[in-house]
Amino acid sequence: MTYREHEGPYFGDYGGRWMPESLVAALDELEETFRKAKADPVFAEEFQALSRDYTGRPSLLTEVPRFAAEVSGREDGARIFLKREDLNHTGSHKINNVLGQALLARRMGKTRLIAETGAGQHGVATATAAALMGMECVVYMGGADTRRQALNVARMRLLGAEVIPVEHGAKTLKDAINEALRDWVASVDNTHYVLGTVAGPHPFPEMVRYFHQVIGEEAREQILELTGRLPDAVSACVGGGSNAIGLFHGFLDDESVAIYGYEAGGDGIETERHASAITLGRSGVLHGARSYLMQDADGQTVDSHSISAGLDYPSVGPEHAYLADAGRVTYEPVTDAECMTAFEQLCRTEGIIPAIESSHALAGAARLSASWGAEGADKTIMVSLSGRGDKDVETAARWFQMLPGQDDAPEQDESAAQAAEAPQTGVQS
Amino acid sequence: MKTADAIDRAKAEGRRAFIGYLPACYPDLATSVEAAVQLAENGADIIEIGAPYSDPVMDGPVIQQATTEALGNGFRIAELFEVVRQVTERTEAAVVVMIYYNLIDRMGAEEFARSLAEAGGAGAITPDLIPDEAADWMAATEKYGLDRIFLAAPTSSPQRLHRIAADSRGFVYGVSLMGVTGKRAAVSDAAERVVEGTKAAGAERVCVGLGVSTREHVEEIGRYADGVIVGSALVAALRDGGPEAVGTLTAELTGRSS
Repeated sequence: MTYREHEGPYFGDYGGRWMPESLVAALDELEETFRKAKADPVFAEEFQALSRDYTGRPSLLTEVPRFAAEVSGREDGARIFLKREDLNHTGSHKINNVLGQALLARRMGKTRLIAETGAGQHGVATATAAALMGMECVVYMGGADTRRQALNVARMRLLGAEVIPVEHGAKTLKDAINEALRDWVASVDNTHYVLGTVAGPHPFPEMVRYFHQVIGEEAREQILELTGRLPDAVSACVGGGSNAIGLFHGFLDDESVAIYGYEAGGDGIETERHASAITLGRSGVLHGARSYLMQDADGQTVDSHSISAGLDYPSVGPEHAYLADAGRVTYEPVTDAECMTAFEQLCRTEGIIPAIESSHALAGAARLSASWGAEGADKTIMVSLSGRGDKDVETAARWFQMLPGQDDAPEQDESAAQAAEAPQTGVQS
Repeated sequence: MKTADAIDRAKAEGRRAFIGYLPACYPDLATSVEAAVQLAENGADIIEIGAPYSDPVMDGPVIQQATTEALGNGFRIAELFEVVRQVTERTEAAVVVMIYYNLIDRMGAEEFARSLAEAGGAGAITPDLIPDEAADWMAATEKYGLDRIFLAAPTSSPQRLHRIAADSRGFVYGVSLMGVTGKRAAVSDAAERVVEGTKAAGAERVCVGLGVSTREHVEEIGRYADGVIVGSALVAALRDGGPEAVGTLTAELTGRSS
């Protein structure tokens, strides 16, 4: 079997359905609806039409030569190409999956969509799809995230969605998923839970990947057309891992392509403040799937940390865990500081403001290119620019001390302030 | 004592088993043991000791608040076994734990089962473990003779109910409604269907929980189920009035006081 054709419920030792019995019937119904839709040309046509006319697919592939020169420190460094999911309607890759799931929800006769969101991108995409299809929409968002992503909260409300801040636990993405699951257990009759990443119980990891595979398929075709050959490396950020799995799937069976996933390294993986589940986690079950999990010696989930709300998750999709164990994909952490350097470099050299999530992938590509030195001359790197940075302007401006009254503050003050907002509990084992 | 014996003993006395839930180490280890003793002394046949967990997706606000507080006070998994040991020593009730699976997984199913059996525990209720994923847990509970209590839901198909009935030991936990733990005004009529369906699928004993908080609920469910499970109402009583209030409420729910 090839990597590309791998289906759920299990990816090696990972995946499955670690869920309350109450939700199994809904997962079975979803799986059956998904299988039928995949085989139905009418569904394919509906999904493709929406992707083209509403999302704006195919998304561009943009070469970024000034960024490439800056990060390699040489004129003959590796060429870097960005897969521009940031140019999709709603500003990120998340819309691909949401439109697919909303179409499935309609087929199942469900009239209400619920979602969790971290950075707000998935919540905005779900609110958008609900508006488009005339469905009710409730989005659960960690209280800490509603504060650091206030602009996206307003966007969701403008689109007619109800946003419910979750004030339990670390008040971030993991806690928003818990609350969405509690809603779903009680509302499954009329409600579809639009899970936003390739995590969760079967069929979500396989299904969400399916709706994002278009990223990799387009990217492969585009790079072949532009350069006449496959890239030497592919880079994407990994929180739950949906944009990454979408891009990777275009290249998983191409042995010549090295694939890199970049996890949020937060303050550094030597500290307790990071979100590098593959790098430092161990196998466990959370939110319906077995995967790598940041947990303490008792199995309690450890709170994650990242400057990027969208990567601030203590586990990762089960297919990524499998690809890591299989050695097909290399996963490495990128710290907040490295990612913000790449963020600034792309802004200044190319006039593109990336999402802070995607900046982890940029930083990874920069690291690769620098490590190649002169050997990079004939090489190309494909980077998933999964989202645009409009939502992150305030966070970035604070990081770079561009806000009024910040002139005297040392840079560390910001991370200290965020530490106070999301206190760490438990000890990584 | 195993849960089947506790349920059958109640039946022999002409009543239905009463099952009470309390979290371990809420508000602290000693008080949680006292509260469980009060449960038993006022008529509980089976005591469920909940393991505080960071991500309790099946729990409503009352239990979440209690278990979050226990975790904040530094709850460790070893204390779960200590609570089970003390409650087993001081009561005649069958003692089971209610535990989310990652806490078992982290220790290893076999090591967890061994520790639970050593502490005198009768078995475990696993709210986020379905038989489909339970191979390790089945083997471990088999080895140490522990009850394993899976959940049956109003939406479970007949095929699933067969598997749940076949793989459970002790009793099946019938979920009375679609939702999380917490008080409800009325018991959903789905509960009776769950019990009927699960028994038709071969289960000998089915107890019903979720949303049960009054003597009326207990009596109503007692007409068709082998036992009645109360959680959030007892935890709220413990929060507001300590172990004594747990005893008072238990006496009321079991019909020992009126």
